[in-house]
Amino acid sequence: MVIDRIDVHPTHTHTTPAGDTFKLRYGRPFPFGATLVPAGVNFSIFSSHATSCTLVLFKKHAPQPFAEIPFLNEFRIGNVFTMIVFDLDYENIEYGYRMDGPFNPQEGFWFDASKIVMDPYAKIIGGRDVWGVTPDWNDIYHHRARISIDDFDWESDRPLEIPDEDLVVYEMHVRSFTRHASSGVKHPGTYAAIRDKIPYLKELGVNCVELMPIYEFDEFENSRPNPTNPDETLLNYWGYSTVGFFAPKAGYAATGKLGMQVDELKTLIKELHKNGIEVILDVVFNHTAEGNERGPTISYRGIDNKTYYMLTPEGYYYNFSGTGNTLNCNNPIVRSMVLDCLRYWASEYHIDGFRFDLAAILSRDAWGAPLANPPLLETLAFDPILAKCKLIAEAWDAGGLYQVGSFPAFGRWAEWNGKYRDGIRKFLKGEPGLLGDTAQRIQGSPDLYAWGGRGPATSINFITCHDGLTLMDMVSYNGKHNEANGENNNDGNNDNDSWNCGWEGETDDFGINMLRRRQIKNAVSILMMSQGVPMILMGDEVGRTQYGNNNTYCHDNDLNWLNWELIEKNADLFKFFKHIIAFRNAHPVLRNRDHFRNHDYVGSGYADITWHGTQAWQADWSESSQVLAFMLCGKHAKGGTVEDNYIYVAINMHWQSLGFSIPGLPSGMQWHVFANTGANYPEDSFEPGTEPVLADQHNILLGDRSILILVGK
Amino acid sequence: MDINIKTLEDVTVVELAGDIDANTAPSIQEKVLPLVGTGGKVLLDMTAVPYMSSAGLRMLLSLFRQVSAKDGKLVLVGLSEEIRDTMSITGFLDFFTTTETIEAGLAFLN
Repeated sequence: MVIDRIDVHPTHTHTTPAGDTFKLRYGRPFPFGATLVPAGVNFSIFSSHATSCTLVLFKKHAPQPFAEIPFLNEFRIGNVFTMIVFDLDYENIEYGYRMDGPFNPQEGFWFDASKIVMDPYAKIIGGRDVWGVTPDWNDIYHHRARISIDDFDWESDRPLEIPDEDLVVYEMHVRSFTRHASSGVKHPGTYAAIRDKIPYLKELGVNCVELMPIYEFDEFENSRPNPTNPDETLLNYWGYSTVGFFAPKAGYAATGKLGMQVDELKTLIKELHKNGIEVILDVVFNHTAEGNERGPTISYRGIDNKTYYMLTPEGYYYNFSGTGNTLNCNNPIVRSMVLDCLRYWASEYHIDGFRFDLAAILSRDAWGAPLANPPLLETLAFDPILAKCKLIAEAWDAGGLYQVGSFPAFGRWAEWNGKYRDGIRKFLKGEPGLLGDTAQRIQGSPDLYAWGGRGPATSINFITCHDGLTLMDMVSYNGKHNEANGENNNDGNNDNDSWNCGWEGETDDFGINMLRRRQIKNAVSILMMSQGVPMILMGDEVGRTQYGNNNTYCHDNDLNWLNWELIEKNADLFKFFKHIIAFRNAHPVLRNRDHFRNHDYVGSGYADITWHGTQAWQADWSESSQVLAFMLCGKHAKGGTVEDNYIYVAINMHWQSLGFSIPGLPSGMQWHVFANTGANYPEDSFEPGTEPVLADQHNILLGDRSILILVGK
Repeated sequence: MDINIKTLEDVTVVELAGDIDANTAPSIQEKVLPLVGTGGKVLLDMTAVPYMSSAGLRMLLSLFRQVSAKDGKLVLVGLSEEIRDTMSITGFLDFFTTTETIEAGLAFLN
């Protein structure tokens, strides 16, 4: 029998003009946000400069509030307004705040008590409950905080802690993954639907999904009719514009209309974990959805503008994100909020890692100057709750700060390796003089990371991601075709490093299509045979196309939606991806923790990695050479701690077939063919473990623009 | 929310009618739990329940846990398609044994 706590009794009352009386009590500052306590709901919100604060309560969806309760002066501790409100129907209310204070934009103050602002720590956000439903533009409070119970039963689930170097990452947009009718799921475009497709992910062999932004965002931000297509409304589809950092997007949940998105997402994560798949969140701390001085006041602007945003001396918004405002990440208060946020997702949602969009911004100070030891990045790197989370930086921003290889890592941060993407794409195109660079990328980019004592897993290797062309389009288009975005094809990256194989766009030409498919297989082969962490883009495994559009951020249609019929149509591609991912998963020698030492340190007679050309043991590094081969000694796998087979990879990016002499194996072993992109499907790859013995163990003719992968056992 | 409780042999049969949410859920738990002894059998007839909120789902799970703690058994009968779907999506369904008919529910309990 547990005795009642002393603090379950009210100390104050407040009666509204309408005659309703509310029982209140002194609140507690921690945790920030709205928390269920035995007595009722504890509300806690901080503001450095507000002079007063009022809690505003709505019945769910109601246009006007049913009560407004001011925070008495005695309900404030420091800069934190906190009180407990008794007997609230916590499931059916929405809450907000009116904050009063100075209005002086030049000084950075935008207080306006006539506006209702959202709690930055809102755990559930209403207002966009169902994706794509046009909001009431006259709503006085669009994005409404709700109260979460946060008592999900994880049973024995915990983050998987798969070693970084063993990850195979699949970058996915929640809605795009299953929204297309061909997905056949009950609730297209939702967290629940991803659960239905877990068998597909398992078959493909990935062990990590990186979800594009799931923090609540407004798909109607900047919504406009498509100037090139009267039937389409362009939306904020990708979601790189956060409304609330602690709430999952309701519109991505089948139960969003019931307000159960928290349980739905947690159930998805639990199920993914059960199936050996980690979850990484793409998080956007570089800016918010409030834009610049012309943008909406949703939350921060009305609560603590000067604290949260990088402001110029005249009070304008610095724009290092390219979207209107920049979050002031190294300010101690904002730093705390970011840390609270990540700790919340890691502990409450069992998230395995975070990928930080435009992370270079996180290393800038309040005036935008880059810091040598950014406190935020250091805090995150050393935090105990985040200690086993993957931390991945998109190590550049829109303000010119490019930090691939120099991102302040504190020994922990991994990076999206833009140099891998650029270098390998150029190499695949057939650009000469790239063998040295390619060799570095294949080894996990020691040129970029070894100096800092960082291993290959620092490098997230990717050839494609949501920004840019899909893999199929990278081999089908020389340039971008973003006309559908309504900006005269001016948006999107111009440096696509792509090659259309002889024709721009769709074609019936058999030869061109064969070459395109071979190039796709070449791309994923190099990716999976490289040290570091490979990441593939949703749909590349089945040849998804965006018809050359490299910036589909605004389209809620099949330009983005994965078409599941592609699995059959491009069965050859899917099979290849499946085999090569399985091959990578089966061979630890491809997934080293430490960089190669380029010599034999276990006494096998072979160095851990050796380089070859058309001649075994003799690589041709000259400017005009387009041939590179390497051999991995199986006895050196994982620094010599596990034993693996030998692997030989020969890359012929020349336009003619070439003969290769193959290095010899220790006696008793034979080379088996795992893959040859120059061979016709289905002989282009084999299920690992069933690789046929190579007929001629010494010489092979490798087709033009083809890659050969042999396994020696 | 109407709660109608009767006993069929050694099974406590609870017929519920109406929405189950934060307002109505506590009364269900209050009424049902005292009737369940060690090894007790509970059949919840949900045929006339059109809607369950988050709090409702949690109350059910809590009831299930408390019945199980007394070495009892609990079965849910007549879940609507929509509620079943919601329970599946939010991870609650797996905890329960559910049947379409009362006969099947009684059969499970015996």
